[in-house]
Amino acid sequence: MANKIPRVPVREQDPLVRATNFDEVCYGYNHEEASLEATRCLNCKNPRCVAACPVNIRIPDFIKHIVDGDLRGAADTIHLDSSLPSICGRVCPQESQCEGSCVLGIKGEPVAIGKLERFVGDWALEHSAEVEGVVIEPNGHRVAVVGSGPAGLACASDLAKLGYQVDVFEALHKLGGVLSYGIPEFRLPKDRVVAREIAEVKKLGVKFETDVIVGRTLTIDSMLDEEGYDAVFVGSGAGLPRFMGIEGENLNGVLSANEFLTRVNLMGAWNPEKSDTPVYVGRKVVVVGGGNVAMDAVRTAKRLGAEAVIVYRRGEAELPARKEEVHHAKEEGIEFRMLTNPTHILGTEDGWVKGINCVEMELGEPDASGRRSPQEKAGSDFTIDCDVVIMALGTSPNPLIASTTGGLNINRRGCIEADEMGTTSREGVFAGGDAVTGAATVILAMGAGRKAAKAIDEYIKSK
Amino acid sequence: MFKIVEKRKLAENIYEMKVAAERVARAALPGQFVIVRVSEGGERVPLTIADYDVEAGTVTIVTQTIGLSTRKICALEQGDYLADFAGPLGRPSEFVHMPLEELRAMKYLFVAGGVGTAPVYPQVKWLKEHGVECDVIIGAKSSNMLIYIDEMSKVGNVHIATDDGSAGYHGLVTGLAKQLVEVEGRKFDECVCIGPMIMMKFLTMTTKPWNLKTTVSLNALMVDGTGMCGACRVSVGGKTLFTCVDGPEFDGHAVDFDEAIRRQSMYRNQERTAVDNHEHKCKCYGE
Repeated sequence: MANKIPRVPVREQDPLVRATNFDEVCYGYNHEEASLEATRCLNCKNPRCVAACPVNIRIPDFIKHIVDGDLRGAADTIHLDSSLPSICGRVCPQESQCEGSCVLGIKGEPVAIGKLERFVGDWALEHSAEVEGVVIEPNGHRVAVVGSGPAGLACASDLAKLGYQVDVFEALHKLGGVLSYGIPEFRLPKDRVVAREIAEVKKLGVKFETDVIVGRTLTIDSMLDEEGYDAVFVGSGAGLPRFMGIEGENLNGVLSANEFLTRVNLMGAWNPEKSDTPVYVGRKVVVVGGGNVAMDAVRTAKRLGAEAVIVYRRGEAELPARKEEVHHAKEEGIEFRMLTNPTHILGTEDGWVKGINCVEMELGEPDASGRRSPQEKAGSDFTIDCDVVIMALGTSPNPLIASTTGGLNINRRGCIEADEMGTTSREGVFAGGDAVTGAATVILAMGAGRKAAKAIDEYIKSK
Repeated sequence: MFKIVEKRKLAENIYEMKVAAERVARAALPGQFVIVRVSEGGERVPLTIADYDVEAGTVTIVTQTIGLSTRKICALEQGDYLADFAGPLGRPSEFVHMPLEELRAMKYLFVAGGVGTAPVYPQVKWLKEHGVECDVIIGAKSSNMLIYIDEMSKVGNVHIATDDGSAGYHGLVTGLAKQLVEVEGRKFDECVCIGPMIMMKFLTMTTKPWNLKTTVSLNALMVDGTGMCGACRVSVGGKTLFTCVDGPEFDGHAVDFDEAIRRQSMYRNQERTAVDNHEHKCKCYGE
């Protein structure tokens, strides 16, 4: 009977209104909507959604608690496997994970697992004061965590719960890593969600120090040898932006998505009343790329008042961004130029961007990644006039830590070599998240942080 | 928060501040810089390190009021706090990694212009401490804009140039460099030049025919300063590098200065408006 109800729609800000502000796009479910949606879950014996979740959240169990009206039980169930439900409920690619495997999705629409997770996560944040603090007995050991993004936060909170004194070192002036500098306010509210998730970690006794660039201000060697840490977890992310290497890329007005989003999100340039950091969008912005970061950049440019276009060399089916983000972008009036590849950027006499030259592409045979590889259509050159070009082509790990830490191996892509549990080639040093995998998702980083916490605990106990 | 333990005016609109930043002081080496944020909502401003004292746990910065953010920094007084002080960033000068014997055989010519004199100081001081005597040209528009003359004279052999001839050689630093090399026949193995982009451009053009290796320190626009944003991209020998992590020091003969100068102007209009608005506000509130 349960699956007869259609998926409960989620309330969102009107597209035309939200394209001019930075308030959150999606309002999320209220209690009533969440309870109704929760009844759609079939509570499968062999839940495929759990297997498809990178951290295997006990999905039918937490949903059952919602049905029973036991939100505390739902929150506790999620927390067994995830430390950041408010965040993952907002930014996980559910359509290719839990919801993509939901049995209901075969004939109809899957259960809105992400929206339910978000509802429970937000409820838990709002009601966290009701939970009596568990007194944690310190075990006398100290662990340093490098980076305060999803991997570092998850690792730190698990270790703190086990009695470790954990110090988190953040290079920037603000905590949260990609959650603060990368993902925009309209998709992940900073004060209401990110800051509160971090506050929960602080409650466990974890100490945070900003403005410490590990590899420069401190080295991992000095943390282990001089500062007396028993182990170090590296969750420094993948922050180094890639460029195409085409002509005109150093013109004024060409920037990486990282720079653009950092100016707007971390530095607060979207609100010039409160921020001294400038940002320039001009009249028209072209964003090159098709991932979530490209969507974030193009939608941010639109909100800052520019006409905004996505240029992507493959087809729409190949866009790596979450479906929801693509859908939202289109609703907001973003133009999508698929099967289009830039060849060079055109500049004015004094060196400012005036357009981008592209060629049309067609899809050939699937390549090693399984995606059909695009090939140029001969003679299809054309120009898009624009003032700003934003490159959203992916990022790779910063080489600083690897190059300043003795005996820490990296692979050809510049990622730290680590096994499933985060163990690296250097004793006492563990790593996880984008620093190991290259740019991936919040949930994978969070999962890696938690696994490493377990491995660090075992390592220190066995010493 | 990072306390300003000492502040001193060096020249019109140029201030020196000693900032309590123990970790940075312990790790700093010549050639590196810091990122400073004056307060919540402030920009991340890259500033070169002018000195560091491991025992006192302080790092010295020298700032000239150019835009809104540098004005806000310079408006702070002794005892005030900077919100953020992150570093040391960038690669240290090449010579700190050279074998001492090789280094002691080197003849260095430093060329400093304006506030660029400040980051030259820790380099010359470090070399002096390691037994290397250097020649240092210090240039400014006029004698009242010269900074660090006394400090530098204690660690290096100082030659002064002023545009108006009010002190030392009458003319530009390039002219004085020519006099040392072409007229006096002085021989140098390497030149290190830090100052305004335009000065570094012309100095590298001057040293090129002498086949004198010339290192420059670029002050590109930056946001994070740790390799994340790429705002500080610079073309060196046809390759795109990041000033913050690959530099800030580069082979001056390989740097595309015209591009670097143009890229510095990316936000000039916004910066001008910000300064105008700020001054207008200050006037309105009678500050």
